[in-house]
Amino acid sequence: MKHADVIVVGAGPAGIAAATAAARHGRSVLLVDDNPGAGGQIWRGGIENFDKAGEKRDDPAKTKALKGLVSSGATLLSGFRVFDAPGPSQLRAIGETSEGTEVVTLRYDRLILATGARERFLPFPGWTLPGVFGAGGLQALVKGGFAVEGKRVVVAGSGPLLLAVAAHLHEYKASIACIAEQATTSQLAPFASSLLSHPSKVWQGISYRATLYKTPYRTGSWPISAMPNEATGLLKSVQLTNGNKTWQEPCDMLACGFHLVPNTELASLLNCKLQVGFVAVDEQQRTSVENVYCAGEPTGIAGLDAALIQGEIAGLVSAGQSASHLHSRNLAERRFGARLEAAFRLRPELRLLPALETIVCRCEDVTYEDLAARSSWTDAKLQTRCGMGPCQGRICGPATQTLFGWTPKSVRPPLFPVPVSAFCVHDSQQTVSEEIA
Amino acid sequence: MPESITVLVNGMPVQIQAGSIVSAALLKAGEPCRLSVTAEPRTALCGMGICFECRATVNGVRHRRTCQMICCDGMVVESDR
Amino acid sequence: MESDVLIVGAGIVGCACARECALAGLRVCIVEDSVTGGGATAAGMGHIVVMDDSPAQFELTRYSRSLWQQLLPKLPRSAEYETRGTLWVAADEEEMVEVRAKHSAYGAGGVRTETLNEAEVAVEEPKLRAGLAGALLVPDDGVIYPPAAADWFLERALAIGATIVRGKAISANKGELRLADGTKLRGERIVLATGTDCSLLPSLPIKKRKGHLLITDRYPGFLHHQLVELGYLKSAHKLESDSVAFNIQPRRTGQLLIGSSRQYGDEDSKSDAAILTQMLERAQGYMPELAQVSGLRVWTGFRAATPDKLPLIGPAEGLTDDRTIWLAAGFEGLGITNAPAAARLLVDQMLGRAPEIDAAPYLPQRMTTQAALHA
Repeated sequence: MKHADVIVVGAGPAGIAAATAAARHGRSVLLVDDNPGAGGQIWRGGIENFDKAGEKRDDPAKTKALKGLVSSGATLLSGFRVFDAPGPSQLRAIGETSEGTEVVTLRYDRLILATGARERFLPFPGWTLPGVFGAGGLQALVKGGFAVEGKRVVVAGSGPLLLAVAAHLHEYKASIACIAEQATTSQLAPFASSLLSHPSKVWQGISYRATLYKTPYRTGSWPISAMPNEATGLLKSVQLTNGNKTWQEPCDMLACGFHLVPNTELASLLNCKLQVGFVAVDEQQRTSVENVYCAGEPTGIAGLDAALIQGEIAGLVSAGQSASHLHSRNLAERRFGARLEAAFRLRPELRLLPALETIVCRCEDVTYEDLAARSSWTDAKLQTRCGMGPCQGRICGPATQTLFGWTPKSVRPPLFPVPVSAFCVHDSQQTVSEEIA
Repeated sequence: MPESITVLVNGMPVQIQAGSIVSAALLKAGEPCRLSVTAEPRTALCGMGICFECRATVNGVRHRRTCQMICCDGMVVESDR
Repeated sequence: MESDVLIVGAGIVGCACARECALAGLRVCIVEDSVTGGGATAAGMGHIVVMDDSPAQFELTRYSRSLWQQLLPKLPRSAEYETRGTLWVAADEEEMVEVRAKHSAYGAGGVRTETLNEAEVAVEEPKLRAGLAGALLVPDDGVIYPPAAADWFLERALAIGATIVRGKAISANKGELRLADGTKLRGERIVLATGTDCSLLPSLPIKKRKGHLLITDRYPGFLHHQLVELGYLKSAHKLESDSVAFNIQPRRTGQLLIGSSRQYGDEDSKSDAAILTQMLERAQGYMPELAQVSGLRVWTGFRAATPDKLPLIGPAEGLTDDRTIWLAAGFEGLGITNAPAAARLLVDQMLGRAPEIDAAPYLPQRMTTQAALHA
């Protein structure tokens, strides 16, 4: 059993900011994350990208944040995934390595949830072909050593993530055929102009465009099918449309994701109230549950700066400090987030993409036809097994919400699949409590 | 310069950069991570340990998420069937 | 419009009753508030098993299992019916004595079984730990996916004239069923097949018995038969305290369903960490490799338990003066197994048909006689 004054779940930007702030103000802090290193998705570590001069590429914001974390005194527990909250102020996490597993019980006085977001995947014919990846998914794989040099990639779906992914893939020497963003130019316009009120984001935007200046960015366009090479079964091309004309884009890979959905499962397990699918928080990042805070994407998809500010606020408040000097920036980032949401709202045509035989639940290979006859998430789950697989509805849940308007029911432990032995932890074994310094 | 290690993917040796994830080795070998319920070949989709499409058998243990696992020299990886 | 039979509850028992009524030419309407088969039907294990904790239970499960076997060719693929057999596992010589006793008893009752010694058990189920005394194999027991079976029963009933009304029944009185939205339905008989919900008849002697189950990822070939430890019967018998008993089932998908636990008095559907630990440790004791198997989900369910562990099938005489109220309730852990027999016995009584087995042990009116005897 490990005890810390403050436990932060998720070592992305929000979690790093929260842990750093709390630790700097004297609290013992444990930062828990399931990846091999800190950074979350946007600052994911991995195989270093060497540029032509053999120099490592540097992301200044990330470097600064990680340095701050290390010097703050917070303890980082990497490779551990929280799967249960077995008692008051307690979490249970499991670490899996190629050698074995270890289960640890974590006790906290205050908890900060910084569990981030995941991509939304929408089914369309051919989306299960080898060569079709998530947008953030392909980026993560490339950071993990998947070589894409010389490969032709179509990036499609929705969200600012598409630009970041395309720019990143370009740096790894992939050739980007085009970026297809389902939102129309007019829908995006208010967001684009709001970038002017956020100078740092403008620079980010400009640096993407500089990298990708030759790449077509087609708004109001979306994929309607991924076509295989008949002989190899591998992806050959993607059929795209803008509602008027349809065209084929030959490619080796498709990086496709439709914006982000928040990871609210742990918050739900702890009975935090949700609002429109996001964790409800006050201006001090407090959830509806005492001593539980939430920062970053689970409170609203609003990007990196929002995550950093919210994380800092949660860290300060959990350490008994005031964060009022950050409130106006927090509000500004929330407004940005609202514009972000409006800009990338999904168009109704996306609901009609799947064919009858298109698989919707990938864990159980349940097709659109199987699901269309069901009346609710629960009915579909019981009769077709949709949502009963290892992803526990994290992929097909948002998809069926878009397709049919279904909302999944309550969350139960384990939050992620764990070995049977992980359930057999005796509290008596956990009396030896390690105090996190 | 980065060093390279060898892992076995479905019996074939694959050279890969040290620090790579196991999914990358499977992709490099052109092998699927798993076959789905209706025998479709599947590989990693989300890259963050959530979709479970990247499950493969690593060193004899089934259903390991390969997108969050770093390769070690001599690791034995087989597609989940 | 008046029905011959109104059935409250579209779980597997209610749906089986609806089909049986419709087949007998009765005008039947079934009322369901939520999802077909969404209660105990979905929570349970889907085990079709002959159980001999009493002669009456043995008769009912034997009869019902034979009805399931007759249904087998008609059931859809989604019902995942498989004749996996049950292995009653004996940990020691004392339990082996029970195995031999069961072998005789089942044989006398016309149910095929085989006794296996230690070596034979190891061949049948290689993943069971070494050192077990032996087992009883009941080869004709089956496994099914209950929500799909319930859906099929309902769909068959609707195809031959039954109707379904979605809504919550709030009162059942002299042939009139009132729903929460104000709808009134009339029927000559009202059958309560509502699981642990006794709101329509508070005098029902039914208590909730909470159980836990865990389902794993796919491990084809890990397990061939359903396994039950002989201590299962002792666990099912305990009327007061919490208990666990090893029980594991292979699904057609290759997933394993691990149970079982029984608790009285706990009405919370949240899973109980302490008893879950006990249950899984017991399972690992019998099959050590389960420790590393990936567990996808844990859930709880509530069995409907009666004081004598037999279900209530027939008119609710003695529990109410209202002669329109009938019962198909109180199946404890055998709701799936006994659904077809319950439906058949119910309709036999409605039509005055001679039942194929003696229906007396399951008549609700026995509750008053027993109560009088114990007074």
